[in-house]
Amino acid sequence: MDNRQKEINNLKDYKYGFSTDIENIQAPKGLNEDVIKFISNIKKEPAWMLEFRLKAFERFKVLKEPDWQKPKFPKIDYQDLYYYSAPKSMKDKPKSLDELDPKLLETYKKLGIPLQEQARLNGIAVDAVFDSVSVATTFKDELTKLGIIFCPISEAIQNHPELVKKYLGSVIPTSDHFFATLNSAVFTDGSFVYIPEGVRCPMELSTYFRINASNTGQFERTLIIADKGSYVSYLEGCTAPMRDENQLHAANVELIALDDAEIKYSTVQNWYPGDQDGKGGIYNFVTKRGLCKGKNSKISWTQVETGSAITWKYPSCILKGDNSVGEFYSIAITNNHQKADTGTKMIHLGKNTKSKIISKGISAGCSDMTYRGLVDISSKAKNSTNYTQCDSLLMGNKCGAHTVPYIKNKNSESNIAHEATTSKISEEQLHYCQQRGLNPEEAVGLIVNGFCKEVLQQLPMEFAVEAQKLVGISLEGSVG
Amino acid sequence: MKEQLQKDFDNSIKNLSLSQKDIEIKKFCLENFIDKGFPNRKEEDWKFSDLSQIIKNNIGELSFYNDQTSTNKVDTSVFVDGLEHNKVVFINGRIEKIDFEYEKKDQIEIIDQSETINELQNSNSLFDLNNAFTNKCFKILVKKGYQLVKPLIIYHTTNSKIWSKNINLRLNFELDKDSSLRLIDLFNDTSEKNFLNIFYNFELKENAVLKNYKVDKIENKNIKYSFNNIDQDKNSISETFILSSGSNFSKNEINCNLNEVYASAFVNGIFSLNNHKHHEIRSIVNHLTENTKSYQLIKSVLDESSKAVYQGKIFVNSDAQKTDGYQLSKAILLNKESEFNVKPELEIYADDVKCSHGSASGSLSEDSIFYLMSRGLNYQQSRELLINGFLLDVVEKITDSEIKNLIKNMIGIKE
Repeated sequence: MDNRQKEINNLKDYKYGFSTDIENIQAPKGLNEDVIKFISNIKKEPAWMLEFRLKAFERFKVLKEPDWQKPKFPKIDYQDLYYYSAPKSMKDKPKSLDELDPKLLETYKKLGIPLQEQARLNGIAVDAVFDSVSVATTFKDELTKLGIIFCPISEAIQNHPELVKKYLGSVIPTSDHFFATLNSAVFTDGSFVYIPEGVRCPMELSTYFRINASNTGQFERTLIIADKGSYVSYLEGCTAPMRDENQLHAANVELIALDDAEIKYSTVQNWYPGDQDGKGGIYNFVTKRGLCKGKNSKISWTQVETGSAITWKYPSCILKGDNSVGEFYSIAITNNHQKADTGTKMIHLGKNTKSKIISKGISAGCSDMTYRGLVDISSKAKNSTNYTQCDSLLMGNKCGAHTVPYIKNKNSESNIAHEATTSKISEEQLHYCQQRGLNPEEAVGLIVNGFCKEVLQQLPMEFAVEAQKLVGISLEGSVG
Repeated sequence: MKEQLQKDFDNSIKNLSLSQKDIEIKKFCLENFIDKGFPNRKEEDWKFSDLSQIIKNNIGELSFYNDQTSTNKVDTSVFVDGLEHNKVVFINGRIEKIDFEYEKKDQIEIIDQSETINELQNSNSLFDLNNAFTNKCFKILVKKGYQLVKPLIIYHTTNSKIWSKNINLRLNFELDKDSSLRLIDLFNDTSEKNFLNIFYNFELKENAVLKNYKVDKIENKNIKYSFNNIDQDKNSISETFILSSGSNFSKNEINCNLNEVYASAFVNGIFSLNNHKHHEIRSIVNHLTENTKSYQLIKSVLDESSKAVYQGKIFVNSDAQKTDGYQLSKAILLNKESEFNVKPELEIYADDVKCSHGSASGSLSEDSIFYLMSRGLNYQQSRELLINGFLLDVVEKITDSEIKNLIKNMIGIKE
């Protein structure tokens, strides 16, 4: 057996499917004001934060679950979920990694995320989120020297209330849609990043999300602020144990870029996708939105979506500042019974704004994939341009690939170009590769990687290698 | 509106000799319509054009009863010169003339179908409205192997006698095996503020060829909705061309079902709008079996706060392998206030297909204008030349040379 085959066999099963047996503190099951107060209380939050949550909850009560999306799912009983779950050992926050529960360290080691700084070869600062709490943040000292704040959002609420107060909810208000509002009411932890004026963050910042406990919803909230002239690249990864029931993940991510700032946000999403018959898996209903608030600012989303039973998210850019730039690069792969409805929104408000959307969808097995996107150029957004390309690749005739773009142009001085194609891997290409000695699976892997290349090359180095492997593995067994 | 509807409905029923069953069906449709009302933006298909609001703002109160007992005088001046053709003339919604003077009489059959209402695959409430209020419904049957010598022009004429009226029309066509029909819909409106609601149903049997040209060119203040349903059998071809320009508001919907192998559908359209007009084309091509083909091309030139909407959908069933579907929409926005909204949609369940769509919108290229001006044209001429060339592309897609020239003359496009 050659090396690649070995590697594939190793990875064939969802290798992150284990669960950690650890003692938990949980909020009482269900969703009501008491639970929200419980969360707020256990996090020792100031009064304004509780108010924020309760306001969102008031709004949530009148909202209805949306049903316009393509993948339908059985009704979620929001009262049958735990909204807070944390390892007991985290109750009194450990001062350093040495005090951290060895079981947690073990878990992260198994996931390939060593939390000991010396163990890392490359300089990536990690914030690890386990169920509802952040367990460790690495490289804190080094970042503090530059004035960069990188910490769990619960800590930021305590230590930097002025920043949190100013920006939390400014991109995704408490009055937003159903899942975003739910998150505003019950979010538990997540990362907070502030890059001060003129600072170029020297390392990749990264958050690693892990859902462990069963019957828990994970509601994390990420807030990234890039002050004038700064730059940050942020990575996000996620896994969950294999469980038969579906689990809800409804995160909110808010990005704010001020004048001349740039934020690069990359996601490799590998939640448990359910088994071959479509049983179990994560419902990934995430709201991600970036605001290019200042002039010449730039926000770039890159996502590789391979996991989750249902993925339903639209990382968006609001291009408010003049000359701001929004980018969206996406690979979404669905296999077996996975379903994805993903895409982006580019809302051009400022003059000379530019946006670019590259979306690659691959569906295999009995899966279903939808690209849904909005490009809206308002009447004031003079001289704006948008370029959209969305390509889909189908493998087999039981899967579906759909493209639903909404394009609105209200400005005569702006240009929009959109193109989309759907096709399968051509017999000629396969034949050519096989003729040169590749087996069918390798040939498909090669062609698919070529298909995705435009997006993969946007990812930071370390991630790109991971992602490339993941692309191959996700399609395992879909050929021949 | 409810009482008005009920009253007008009773009035129009009175004048018709309908069976009890038909009255029941019509009543059922009326109730459906009363229940749903005019489509509004909450419905996905009407997201960009809120008809309920448009009628409210432009017409206000509609009345639904049309007295069709007396005949209208046919004004022959509207007839197209220089092209021999068969005629069907509608005046204010009443059919005044059916004339197939150039054809073999025994090859075409006109069937009065006022008592049958067959279901179309259209869930919107306008179909119910149409069903409730149409009083005469004709079916034109072209018999096996017969190809019409001359085109058929349907004149949709309205005059100043009607005001704030809703007019409902319904025509069915059946093209039997190996037959062909060229059909031009010509709108001639001198009326104002009426709502026209037109439903056509086409059945194309094996090898049948349908060419339908819809021309709405004359300036008017009416609101129009037109729905074409086309069912296609093996090897049949349908070609639809839409010139959307004259009315205040217009929405053309084309629903094409490619039911059998080798069927193909072509939809081409031009929006040429000015003066706050709001037009929409929505096309749905359903590839339901293998080896079918569709092609769509829509171009818009938008001036003076006008708004164009194009919603095009290509649906490919899981059986429909080897489908070839293509769709392109382009728009030039000439004015700051003009707006172009598009939703080109692909819904695909088969893997061995070739489907693509493209959409682009923007202003006239300054570089091109500069190029032409440097060669001695003035600004206005350069602009016209570019727009002319942009639209010519679509007109050239018309496969019938006689009609192509007719339409070129109508739009004033030069070669």
